[in-house]
Amino acid sequence: MKYIDEFRDSKIAKYLIGEIDKITTRHWVIMELCGGQTHTIVQHGIDQLLPKQIELVHGPGCPVCVTPLDVLDQAIEIAKMPNVIFTSFGDMLRVPGSTSDLLKVKSQGGDVRIVYSPLEAVKIAKENPAKEVVFFAIGFETTAPGNAMAVLHAQKEGLKNFSELVSHVMVPPAMEAILSSPSNRIDGFLAAGHVCTVMGYWEYEPIAEKYKVPIVPTGFEPVDMLEGIYLVIKQLEEENYHVVNQYKRSITREGNIHAQKSISEVYEVIDKNWRGIGEIPMSGMKIREKYKTFDAAQKFNVGSIKTDESSICISGEILQGLKKPNECPAFGNECTPVHPLGATMVSSEGACAAYHKYQRYHKVGV
Amino acid sequence: MCLGMPGKVIEITEEDGLLMGKVDYSGSVSTTCLSYCGDVEVGQYVIVHAGFAISVLDEDSAKETLEYFRQMAEEAAKDGKDILDSPLSESGNT
Ligand code: SF4
Repeated sequence: MKYIDEFRDSKIAKYLIGEIDKITTRHWVIMELCGGQTHTIVQHGIDQLLPKQIELVHGPGCPVCVTPLDVLDQAIEIAKMPNVIFTSFGDMLRVPGSTSDLLKVKSQGGDVRIVYSPLEAVKIAKENPAKEVVFFAIGFETTAPGNAMAVLHAQKEGLKNFSELVSHVMVPPAMEAILSSPSNRIDGFLAAGHVCTVMGYWEYEPIAEKYKVPIVPTGFEPVDMLEGIYLVIKQLEEENYHVVNQYKRSITREGNIHAQKSISEVYEVIDKNWRGIGEIPMSGMKIREKYKTFDAAQKFNVGSIKTDESSICISGEILQGLKKPNECPAFGNECTPVHPLGATMVSSEGACAAYHKYQRYHKVGV
Repeated sequence: MCLGMPGKVIEITEEDGLLMGKVDYSGSVSTTCLSYCGDVEVGQYVIVHAGFAISVLDEDSAKETLEYFRQMAEEAAKDGKDILDSPLSESGNT
């Protein structure tokens, strides 16, 4: 078992599509919450294989896409500083800030380095005691455990030259924001399998109950996604609204307790601005006072930055499931992965990038 | 960054007080922090996110699901056609 090919079995996929077809009696809108799931859907054409009444919309599940412009501008300012080594996951480098991006800073002589793990950034700090090493700690609950561990490890190693520019976001408050919006059209959710692997799914139970919406934590292969969709539709048709775990091989109800402990040791929950969406109460994380020497936002004074967002870009509506990328007039015209206008095009996990890569120029379904 | 990948743990070591290991993703091997999956054993599969293993995959549960679906798919195929009323293709994986 390699946990990949087995879950791409076309016979099982066909069987599941047939089962979905059998039980679907009306129009349902399902939102997936993770950029990885968006890619599986578009890459395998899952949206085109399903009964016409099922509409899949793509949620705010790409952490790069929702990182606010002012944080990007802060990152760019810090990266320009002469004594700084700025470290980041690779997909943040091309995201456009107001006037520049990290890749440009690098090409203009800034020391910007891609790391695959935040622990690499800690290592760079250890090896360069005369430099300030800053790690761009962004992401959902999936990257938070690693980013928390980097702070804990730097502290254990007694490093004074390591800090994180933190812009962490959390999924459940974003779901509530979408569900409580007057323009909400979501009937059911495929919750992000790896966020739930870390956090468990108990937090989603009150949301399912309060908003009468089925929530199915789901994996990333086609068979996973089809089973997830089946489990959502079945509940909708039967008027049940619960959390049902599709991705049992990775998720438990309580999640990864060790990871959760590190997260809450290092970070505290705060109100947070999401790019394209706006402020969502209690949806972000910042470094606790106890660890403030590791907080780059406090260490480097780059407080008030004025931002300037492209006026054509509708990524905010896309991230809330109100529109699809190919409904944007700039899609594939002014806006392409080479010349992105918005973050949903620049990040490989973004919905616009997925639609562009798999050439979805036209609308499907209802 | 957010794309977690399943990989097989082929070595477990300790480095600066952290539980580390090598994880093989169908041929490409990378170093991963295993501290959040303390009871993992060599040969097991983990989901890795940005250099950290966040879960050890449960093989029994995966097998059970797949076995059930395979049986159901075969039953559906016995009628000579699948549920979508088109012949089942013999092709393997998509
Ligand atoms: S296609 Fe480009 S401009 Fe349009 S919503 Fe997507 S990122 Fe924004």
